[in-house]
Amino acid sequence: MKIAVCIKQVLTREWQPRLNDDKTWIREQDAAFEMNEPDAYALEEALRLKERHGGEVVVCSAGPARVAQVIREALARGADRAVHVEDDRLASADAFLTAEALAAAMKDEQFDLILTGLQSDDQGFAQVGVILAERLGRPHATIIMEVQVGDGGLRVKRELEGGWFQWVAMPLPAVLTIQSGINQLRYATLKGIMAAKKKEIRKVSPPSTPAGAAASKQKIVSLYVPEKAKKTVIIEGSPAEAAKELVRKLRDEARVIA
Amino acid sequence: MILVIAEQRNGKLNRATWETIVGAQQLADATGLPIRVLVPGVNTGGVAAEIAAARVQEVLTLESPALEPYTPDGFTAALQQAVTELDASYVLLPHTYQTRDFAPKLAARMDRALITDVTGIKAGSEPAFVRPMFQGKLTADVVPQGPTPHVITFQIGAYRVDQVAKGTSAASMRALAAQVDAAGIREKPEAPFQQAKQAVDLSQAERIVSVGRGIKEQSNIAIAQQLAEALGAEIAASRPICDAGWLPMERQVGSSGQTVAPKLYLALGISGAIQHLVGMKGANTIVAINKDPDAPIFEIADYGIVGDLFEIVPAIISALKG
Repeated sequence: MKIAVCIKQVLTREWQPRLNDDKTWIREQDAAFEMNEPDAYALEEALRLKERHGGEVVVCSAGPARVAQVIREALARGADRAVHVEDDRLASADAFLTAEALAAAMKDEQFDLILTGLQSDDQGFAQVGVILAERLGRPHATIIMEVQVGDGGLRVKRELEGGWFQWVAMPLPAVLTIQSGINQLRYATLKGIMAAKKKEIRKVSPPSTPAGAAASKQKIVSLYVPEKAKKTVIIEGSPAEAAKELVRKLRDEARVIA
Repeated sequence: MILVIAEQRNGKLNRATWETIVGAQQLADATGLPIRVLVPGVNTGGVAAEIAAARVQEVLTLESPALEPYTPDGFTAALQQAVTELDASYVLLPHTYQTRDFAPKLAARMDRALITDVTGIKAGSEPAFVRPMFQGKLTADVVPQGPTPHVITFQIGAYRVDQVAKGTSAASMRALAAQVDAAGIREKPEAPFQQAKQAVDLSQAERIVSVGRGIKEQSNIAIAQQLAEALGAEIAASRPICDAGWLPMERQVGSSGQTVAPKLYLALGISGAIQHLVGMKGANTIVAINKDPDAPIFEIADYGIVGDLFEIVPAIISALKG
């Protein structure tokens, strides 16, 4: 089975928000990046499917040159080769630009199955996988917690809200967006890291944007630190002092403990 | 015209639809556009009549046997026809798991903007839609680009159901027929099921101690458990902790787990990603303990302590006993 995994490089969880001068995007210069967590689960699922059914795992990523870091990491974990759609504008692209860049790069590959994470930890659109499926004319299912491959088709477990699930069958080729926690992640071994150095990374350009091609469908006019919904009382002092004061407030002000 | 797409299953309306109608009424105030509500599915009459109590221009049903059960192929085909025929300027939906499954496909099919997970609207010559980004660390005002309709999904809990403006009389109702070729539906869904009987009903808990990534290791769960015992609280967790198997899935609070509203919710090392916040922001008193002063959890906390939970939690336990 020929499987593609779409991986996004996102800011690390420890990133402290910094804005650019016109406050419409972030200041990237001093930021650190990592693999989007749901995409890491999608990669793991692809590697497990290959172990069970054979075939090939191809990493696809759309982003500026820095994205090579997460591509290398995915190759070190066991992906066979990579496609990098490289363009600086993809760093802040909306879901349509990203999906259409990926769709153009994947069109001639004839993947049986395409996996993405269910959403990214940066812009959090939760759209790219589904738009990609539509652009490639394939069926899809989202927020997937188990993948079974049978004769010419898939049976996947979709997560619904509030602890409910549903199995859905569909023909291959198809696109799935994977939920975090579907599996236990593996990490790269030294052998994997060495092997990754010899693996192919094919660089392609995104489709150019004359009339009819992808244009941005949303514009951030202002980006800011959220306004607080509540007036939070921050309790200062040493751990012992703060703890004592918190207990007092919970007993006497909030009256939520005896 | 603003078109709200209602969500129902087996004739029961998803409450998040009411929240979206509140958003639609706010957008109507900002733009002067009328509101219509579309109810796709089968046997939608009851739900449509329920919605007609809201201050909206019209409630439409969109029926076809191919719309039950839900499939992305069936919904996209039916809704594309209806949205085009009705010539909507905005299409509004609640950001449920079902919406997440088909709205991007619908937007892509129509090649129109889709803005997801919206928490508010800012009026202006071009209304801007407010949405969280970067795990809630930043908020963006976003303006959809290109021709209408623009598709907008509202975060669960963005508006309160009791803010819905009711009409002086019931809105008029009309039935539309959807032309969907059932043979063209590629997804074959089975009946929804619950994984395991929920042994723990966190929604009834008076006090909850909840742990997040900041707990660092499975063995550290014990100190959170000691605090829970000292407070007479249930233990719960954010998704990554349950994904790692450190606590059972049934103790997960958030969009994919339980929704809780205890008197006291004490969040230990939880950053406050939106998927978690939607499950607990109804708590009466929220306490956050986190080493990161910028963690979004502090935006909704009543009391906060910035610091090392491994020092603070034992201190709270001894203060409770002292």
